[in-house]
Amino acid sequence: MAVTHATSGADDPVAVVRLEGIEKSFFGVPVLRGVDLLLHAGEVHALVGENGAGKSTLLKVLAGVHRPDSGRIVVRDAEVSFATPRDAQAAGIAIIHQEFTLLEHRTVAENVFLGREPVRRGQVDRRAMETQTRRLLDWLGEDGIEPGTEVARLSVARKQVVEIVKALSADAKVLAMDEPTAALADNEVELLYGLVRRLRDRGIAILYVSHRMREVFDLSSRITVLKDGAFVTCVPTADLDTDQVVRHMVGRPLDALYPERTSVPGAVRIALRGAGNERVRNLTFDVRAGEIVGLAGLQGSGRSAIARAIWGVEPFTTGTVELDGVPTRVTGPRTAVRKGIGYVTEDRKGEGLALRQSVRDNTLLVRRAACRGAVARQAADLTRLLGSVGVVARGPHQEVRYLSGGNQQKVVLGKWLAVRPRVLIVDEPTRGVDVGAKQTLYRLLRDLADDGMAILMISSELPELIGMSDRILVMHEGALAGELPAGADEEAVMALATGHRPGAVA
Amino acid sequence: MRARPRLADGTGPVLVVLLILLVGLAFAGPAYAEPSGYLALLKRAAPLVVLAVGQYFVIVSGGFDLSVGSLVTAEVVVAARLVNGDDANTWWVIALLLGCGILVGLVNGLITTKLLVPSFIVTLGMLLVLDGAVFLWSGGAPRGALSPSFRVLGRGSADVPGLGQLPWSVIVLLVVLAAAVWFMRSGTGRTLLAVGDNENVVRLAGGRVDRLRLLAFVLSALLASVAAILLAGFAGVSAQVGEGLEFRAITAVVLGGVLLGGGRGSVVAAAAGALSLEALFSLLNLLGVSGALESAVQGVIIIAAVAYAARGAGLQRVLRLRRPVPDTA
Repeated sequence: MAVTHATSGADDPVAVVRLEGIEKSFFGVPVLRGVDLLLHAGEVHALVGENGAGKSTLLKVLAGVHRPDSGRIVVRDAEVSFATPRDAQAAGIAIIHQEFTLLEHRTVAENVFLGREPVRRGQVDRRAMETQTRRLLDWLGEDGIEPGTEVARLSVARKQVVEIVKALSADAKVLAMDEPTAALADNEVELLYGLVRRLRDRGIAILYVSHRMREVFDLSSRITVLKDGAFVTCVPTADLDTDQVVRHMVGRPLDALYPERTSVPGAVRIALRGAGNERVRNLTFDVRAGEIVGLAGLQGSGRSAIARAIWGVEPFTTGTVELDGVPTRVTGPRTAVRKGIGYVTEDRKGEGLALRQSVRDNTLLVRRAACRGAVARQAADLTRLLGSVGVVARGPHQEVRYLSGGNQQKVVLGKWLAVRPRVLIVDEPTRGVDVGAKQTLYRLLRDLADDGMAILMISSELPELIGMSDRILVMHEGALAGELPAGADEEAVMALATGHRPGAVA
Repeated sequence: MRARPRLADGTGPVLVVLLILLVGLAFAGPAYAEPSGYLALLKRAAPLVVLAVGQYFVIVSGGFDLSVGSLVTAEVVVAARLVNGDDANTWWVIALLLGCGILVGLVNGLITTKLLVPSFIVTLGMLLVLDGAVFLWSGGAPRGALSPSFRVLGRGSADVPGLGQLPWSVIVLLVVLAAAVWFMRSGTGRTLLAVGDNENVVRLAGGRVDRLRLLAFVLSALLASVAAILLAGFAGVSAQVGEGLEFRAITAVVLGGVLLGGGRGSVVAAAAGALSLEALFSLLNLLGVSGALESAVQGVIIIAAVAYAARGAGLQRVLRLRRPVPDTA
């Protein structure tokens, strides 16, 4: 703000870190092209941009992992230059990565003071360590965590707290959080919100990197947008809405993020009749050819368990599954594939792709692994297949680990399309995928449905689920809580998902 | 399937190493002034190359096979006693050896996949079991003798139209290598590679992970039997014939740039690694370095090759062998 009055002096933002004109290239490929960033004490500052926009590189510059080719880093009015991550730490900057850096089999306090253990008479002073950890936890209002607990026994959300406490114990004034909710269950996100706000209130500057617009708008006071390594804008959150942010990120309006519902449902492709197992019970529903049926529910409500049961990883033990009207017993992924079921897992890197293998080998994996003779040997029209899912790669021989999240997900889809399944289950199809690629994936799913595929789509992103689905099934504690028509509102879905009676909310 | 004009990942460095060694040989010894010198090298290297190809299948699918050296010894000793110098016994004994190889591979593979014992331990156990069995059965000194027709495979030559006299072992080597290349390009071979990368992905894609890994162990043991037949003819019968061969084969595979732990590497590179190792030993021999140093050299190579692979990404980036991959946000 240009003018500040004396009366508001106490609220004057204090600049903790200022990045100016940061440029960074890797072997001639510019990744950051003159990025500015100003962080104030006690603010949550969102950093957004598509995959490849340079967010991670900027974080690494801030953390001292990469040295910028040009530009200035100013910490509390002094220009600094970080040779190593340790220098950045010493300047009070800490990064909370998606993957935690905790030793599972040590206690909370031991992790917090790892490498900096207080020493008394030549021995590690456990008591001092635990007292100081306790003090920091109290300061954050996290009294549910004991300093002496082994980290392995903590939930993911609490591990994240420990990670933050570890940074704070090293006197961090700036916390950069990279997709902090990616690993969290839905009900843990609220806890993180609370934590972030308490950190902010205690004067910590938070750089919040996220793909999820809702979090950005819930938490941040200002938003910096990057696109293709360049600084686009930095504006107060209150002055923007989601569409505007997305437009800044993508550089073009995304008027039709979700394709029109054009398909006419055909015959029933898959029908569950009273199906259940240890984790879900008494499921009865159909998915028809040409239909995208959304499956909503909180984490742990059994959404993914349905997918894994249909697909034979943890099969149903009661009830029946009918495929095209024929009762079928699916005993494992191999039978599922052969019966024409495809499953895009939510764990892309752990279950979806062999990361060191090429685009080509991953795309042909299902066909080669599960199909016998004729189908497997059928001349693979790879180019057409990859073209139809829109994979952007250097070539079919590029290893998939070098692709962006969106392109990786397209390869996963391609892998299933290569065997032309009749029923496709997609679990969190756009997780970790940037907005542009999301749009492509949505279009692709709709086209597949139009071609007569029956699609069951699981997602914890309600806007996407509502935007895509022809019908929405809502799970609550392992059972179906109800069904909603296309275009239902988020409140109605949440009401069912959290166990409210439908009538009670509307 | 269309031939690919590109080398598989990691094949380049080992070919360079091999070329340097071959050129070195030409300078070091008069024997290598003519093609026959190299042909002799190829003949000498054949058993190791065949073993390395077998080991490659297991390593690339994420395991180790430490039992191949003992298997070679066991089969040579058994062969000598059963053949007992009689040509009439040659063919059924060869069939029996190959059958035994398959059996050992099945045992290794089944214990690894069904009882979930790490392959390192299973095959180490198999090594000890075979060692003990051979000692018990032979009493420490092998008896019997091979027949002339048996030994032809290891030391004899065949008349190949257009190429003249070609050692049988070189022919076997070429056939094995061609078959291995074909296999690794097939759907099954690619899937085997994916198993070493991430077996979950293959299992969830409907692949039969256990069968594929079993297949790798069977192929390894089967090829070890082939190597045993070649070695028996070439080197003769002794209770030490296979000693240390498992480590030599692993060194060769690693030298070929194949990733320990699986998922990456080409079978041609593994074979080139074996040939390089043999060429190196020949070179050292010509330079008058004691044969006792062989294992020390091998030790250095295996550590250096794995270190190179681990640091390789960084090194390659420095050398600009690979186009840079910008960080993605």
